Amino acid sequence: MPHSLRATYDRAFLDVQEDILRLGKMVDEAITRALESLQKRDQVLAQQVIDDDDQINALRYRIEESCLALIATQQPAASDLRAVMATMSIVVDLERMADHASGIAKTVILMGDEPLLKPLIDVPRMSNLAKEMLAAILDAYVKRDAKLAREIADRDDEMDQLYRAVFDELVEIMADKPGSVERATFLMWCAHNLERIGDRVTNIAERVVFITTGDLQELNP
Amino acid sequence: MTEMQISNKYSVHDVDFYYGEFKALSEISMEIIEREVTALIGPSGCGKSTFLRCLNRMNDTIAHTRMEGKILLDGEDIYEEDMDVVDLRQRVGMVFQKPNPFPQSIFDNVAFGPRVLGLTKSRAELEATVEKSLQRAAIWDEVKDGLHESALDLSLGEQQRLCIARVIAVEPDVILMDEPTSALDPIATLEIEVLVRQLKEQYTIVIVTHNMQQAARVSDKTGLFWLGELVEFGETNLIFTRPKEERTEAYVTGRVG
Repeated sequence: MPHSLRATYDRAFLDVQEDILRLGKMVDEAITRALESLQKRDQVLAQQVIDDDDQINALRYRIEESCLALIATQQPAASDLRAVMATMSIVVDLERMADHASGIAKTVILMGDEPLLKPLIDVPRMSNLAKEMLAAILDAYVKRDAKLAREIADRDDEMDQLYRAVFDELVEIMADKPGSVERATFLMWCAHNLERIGDRVTNIAERVVFITTGDLQELNP
Repeated sequence: MTEMQISNKYSVHDVDFYYGEFKALSEISMEIIEREVTALIGPSGCGKSTFLRCLNRMNDTIAHTRMEGKILLDGEDIYEEDMDVVDLRQRVGMVFQKPNPFPQSIFDNVAFGPRVLGLTKSRAELEATVEKSLQRAAIWDEVKDGLHESALDLSLGEQQRLCIARVIAVEPDVILMDEPTSALDPIATLEIEVLVRQLKEQYTIVIVTHNMQQAARVSDKTGLFWLGELVEFGETNLIFTRPKEERTEAYVTGRVG
């Protein structure tokens, strides 16, 4: 009986949570397709990633509106309130991740038909890591698992190492062959966008910790 | 005075309260800070009103009740034998759930306390006290042209503010409010809430409320009562954003109670 008192609220928040998972899936797909467009040099696919970003933005705003309505009509408190506030922050990070995927797609279009400077090795690794971290952090969000969230935030170190490796390698190539600077820079942008996705996952991890514990703190200062 | 001085108005130590054999309060301890609003929340029948009535010995009037523990008001034990209860209730006024104006004029309602206690020496002084009290209770503008009309003709919200003016007229330090808005519509409720925020500039206020959002809006500190225990007591902001106790979490999120 006591649990039915807030059944309406619980249902409404579950709907929001479902939307967050849907948004997460769309972001995951945007990352996958952006990488594919880079690997295959497929400008049509790249343009699709850019165009589809509108849908992601629309869902983001819808989730924010749902959160506003929850606050206005249900007056959540304590962990309920923290979950709504965290969700409003998480939705922004997810939407920005999609912007980073779009950033890669835009670079693909800028690259035109120029051949790749070098075979892609670490960049796909970064992309896979980003997707794994994204899936895992959404799992931690749904489970409200602060421990898991902290573990996922720790994996951002792997991402930073990969980025560093790509960076060093590209700088070396640029120093050797000044004619390669433009093409090297394009790849650097792609790697940078993926590295930023890792940072966004860390932001989400911080919010999951906040929901569970009430502590607001940076996880990878 | 340039520095804010924080001092305890009430110090409550290990208060138990019994209705006959039934233990209604168990080991309540808390500090109530001067010129703060302290809200008491909790499910019905969990002791918050009983506790409120301990603060000005209103329970003395109920037969077969017993209190143990200590309640200090400005450092003075209010349950000491030589405590003057009339004097205590002047220092600690009370506002009830349903507005209870006397069937008299607005003026006479507010003048009642000062007249009985002989607080004013002249008609002019009494008139000044009545005006000041009505102003502090934020109802002066509405009633100043009809002070000699019946208080019963006022709206419920106005009646409640009149009752607050009546309390203020005897110059208390503390105002206890027992669900003061539960009989009022939402606008009248907000008016009382605004008033509570204003009154805390001069008075220490303890308010029992069933409306959790009201506690969140008006109070500095909130205490959750549960089956006669004080489960958690602390800064209102913290109680409503990150309570420490599971029972508080369950209550403020509406999952029990």
